[in-house]
Amino acid sequence: MTSTQTKPGAAHNDPTAGPRAGVAIKPPAPSYNRSRSRNKTSLYAHGEPMVWLTGGALAMCLLMIIGLVALIVAQGVATFWPGPVVRYQTLDGVRAGETTRLENYSPEDSVFERLPESSRAAARKMVADNGGVTGRRLVRIGNYEITGEHFAWVSDFEIAPGADAVSTPPWMLVVERLAWGRFYGEPVGVVIEGKLIPCEPAEAWKLFGEHHPAVRERWEQRRRLETGDIGVINHRAEQARLALRAVEMKYGKESPQWRAEHESFLKTEERDKAEFDRIAREIEALNNTNNGYKIVLRTADGTESTLGMADIVRAYPANQLSFAQKSVVYLSRWWEFLTDDPREANSEGGVYPAIFGTVVMTLIMSLLVVPFGVLAALYLREYAKGGILISAVRIAINNLAGVPSIVFGVFGLGFFCYIIGGGIDQLFFSAKLPSPTFGTGGLMWASFTLALLTLPVVIVATEETLAAVPGSMREGSYACGASKWQTIKRIVLPRAMPGIMTGMILAMARGAGEVAPLMLVGAVKLAPELPVNGVFPFFHPERSFMHLGFHIYDLGFQSPNAEAAKPMVFTTTLLLILIIAVLNLAAVFIRARLRRRFSSSQF
Amino acid sequence: MTRMTHKMPSKQDQPPTGHAVEGTASAEQPGASPVAIPEPVSNNRLAAIARGENVTSLTHDALKKEVPVVEVKNFNLWYGAKKALFDINMLIPKGKVTALIGPSGCGKSTLLRSVNRLNDLIDNIQIKGDMLLNDDSIYGPGVDVIELRKRMGMVFQKSNPFPMSIFENVVYSLRIDGERNRRTLEDVCERSLRGAALWEEVKDRLHESGLSLSGGQQQRLCIARAIAAEPEVLLMDEPCSALDPIATGKIEDLIQALSGEYSILIVTHNMQQASRSSDFTAFMYLGRVIEYGPTLDIFTKPLCRETEDYVTGRFG
Repeated sequence: MTSTQTKPGAAHNDPTAGPRAGVAIKPPAPSYNRSRSRNKTSLYAHGEPMVWLTGGALAMCLLMIIGLVALIVAQGVATFWPGPVVRYQTLDGVRAGETTRLENYSPEDSVFERLPESSRAAARKMVADNGGVTGRRLVRIGNYEITGEHFAWVSDFEIAPGADAVSTPPWMLVVERLAWGRFYGEPVGVVIEGKLIPCEPAEAWKLFGEHHPAVRERWEQRRRLETGDIGVINHRAEQARLALRAVEMKYGKESPQWRAEHESFLKTEERDKAEFDRIAREIEALNNTNNGYKIVLRTADGTESTLGMADIVRAYPANQLSFAQKSVVYLSRWWEFLTDDPREANSEGGVYPAIFGTVVMTLIMSLLVVPFGVLAALYLREYAKGGILISAVRIAINNLAGVPSIVFGVFGLGFFCYIIGGGIDQLFFSAKLPSPTFGTGGLMWASFTLALLTLPVVIVATEETLAAVPGSMREGSYACGASKWQTIKRIVLPRAMPGIMTGMILAMARGAGEVAPLMLVGAVKLAPELPVNGVFPFFHPERSFMHLGFHIYDLGFQSPNAEAAKPMVFTTTLLLILIIAVLNLAAVFIRARLRRRFSSSQF
Repeated sequence: MTRMTHKMPSKQDQPPTGHAVEGTASAEQPGASPVAIPEPVSNNRLAAIARGENVTSLTHDALKKEVPVVEVKNFNLWYGAKKALFDINMLIPKGKVTALIGPSGCGKSTLLRSVNRLNDLIDNIQIKGDMLLNDDSIYGPGVDVIELRKRMGMVFQKSNPFPMSIFENVVYSLRIDGERNRRTLEDVCERSLRGAALWEEVKDRLHESGLSLSGGQQQRLCIARAIAAEPEVLLMDEPCSALDPIATGKIEDLIQALSGEYSILIVTHNMQQASRSSDFTAFMYLGRVIEYGPTLDIFTKPLCRETEDYVTGRFG
């Protein structure tokens, strides 16, 4: 590549244009004199407006992107930080909980009608003095089984007069439970091994701290038994049932083969039954032990409630925590978020299955799309002769990138799930029919669908990078006696590898963030099992899976407890962005290593 | 890829019939060279060529005593409808350096690239005539181009090391042939790098990227790569045009050192280079060889006035 830089003074003569054989050198036409236009330099000639225009456009783009990311980060990071539990003495009662947000509003007159008669006038006057506007706060009051609400608004005028109307009681506990949301209350007693011990909050908290970890350990043990050991038994029973069904389909019921198979089936069933009973007894024992441990809490309005310790995930006296203790709660919530299963209709607990599903699906998709895309681009760029057909193919590929992703989802459902998956079921899993194995949405079909979706990205990026491989390198290779394929394999592909990696990065970013097609081809709200586990064949690509993008949609729009789910939307979004960033950074790192090999010191 | 047509054209100087170019009918008539020729200079012969007449090339008698490694026989080449080489007849002597000189666009590079059929990569080229490499036809039917290219080495105008280590660059031809013996590869690498006068500079960093070398070193690396497979003829396409004078001097010394062992055909723009480093020189103009003879004779007592004008810098 040659760029000729000409000094301003030498602009009139091209120094390289020497006299050619017999070329008569004509003097330049005198009618146009460039030096005249240089007498005054306009602003436009300096190009300043273009600098402003281009710089301004970049600044706008950055502002919007940074704004979006900053919002997600700020909201997502704050979700798990424990706030204080505030007790509000209102005109008609008591509310206690964590304040989630503040806002101003203009109350309708009917709002005042609900207040006790004696304080209506004062409230009206207070709002009127403030120009008809008043502040209110959304308080997470929890205690759903008592109040019937997770959140409540407390307006400024509702708060009772007096200095201690708004207080932070030191022994208000925040209790995160497996079900029914959070509970706010002061501990007034504990039940240990079935015996109720009424005591002061400090004493109760101490006893709770002594026994809770052991109770949770037993609970974890029970869960492992349920999902692990019973899962294995169920799997074995299912296998035996399928084997029997296969024999029945092949030889017919009551045939000798069937009888033999049925015999062994019954034997397996009996053996499994015994083992199942043993595990069930073990679970029963653990449950019985745990049922002896409870904590008695008194809510802000004086109601007492007894909670089983096994149902409590985490509890802390929010108003007494030091910064370090708050940090511990914060980190433990993050840890739970990253490593645990979701609960409470996904609005609490973790997203580990979704992280797993997203990463595995993205990796399988990349493994599928990159070889296919690169091979297709190689044919288009290296082998195909230019022509109308090839141009049409190129245009079609580019248009494919503009097809709405839901269309790919529909295609994936119809073609991959129903036709191919249904065919596989007929051939290999007929014993299990009518319940489908591959004939429904699953991890594999989702990966195939997204691979199809991101194929244009890879093909276009690869084609461009193949075109950028210098012709001199190919010629050098041919001159050494290399065949076309040897040249491609040894020169073109290694040289194009960084560009192919760029295509892969783009495809991964596109695929990992895609949600709409996944809804049709296998992403589910709650997957019972991970696609990878300890049961042969260890990897189950036919299983449905959870996906962070779908999880965000589910939290934001399908959650019964919308207010509680909202901060989780931000946190999950933050996590998804981080995962995509990590996947991309890994690819960028590999690409940088490849590029270093091809960097030239020449020129 | 190019599909070659070897049909014999019905008339000299006319593109072979049935070639794949569209709109041939509207193209220049045979013989009327499409290169825009300005007012004829004082040379009648050049004017005749510009008019499209056939001009016989002068080949000095000294060449008849040489053993040819490449024989060019009535070679014609068209880019689409445009004729680039006219009836070239040349013998490239074995073990000698032969330089092709001439003004830009006269077909030197085209002729050079025709020897190892690198022009095949260009669409729409037509060829008539043949070349022989040590008596084996180059353009005959059924010739395996890949096997043919393995018998030649080529060095390009701009150095083009491959994106791999210095060692792998040098032994590329052997890798292509599937050679795996480490000992052989190392021997060939060292011999080739020594042959290209690069060994002392790179022997400690053979596994660094070939692209990390300087421009002159890269070009010598390309020469090492070209001689690694013991080519029967070494083709050089203006190997010094992108280099500074010191690097050029090194390459010229190298060409001197390689002559005798290798047969070299070199295209150059640089008259001094041709006079310094070649044994024979051919002067080409508008796709024709005007004069071909020992370098000393071409530069000191050429038979044609046009050659004299060119080598003394009066045109070109």
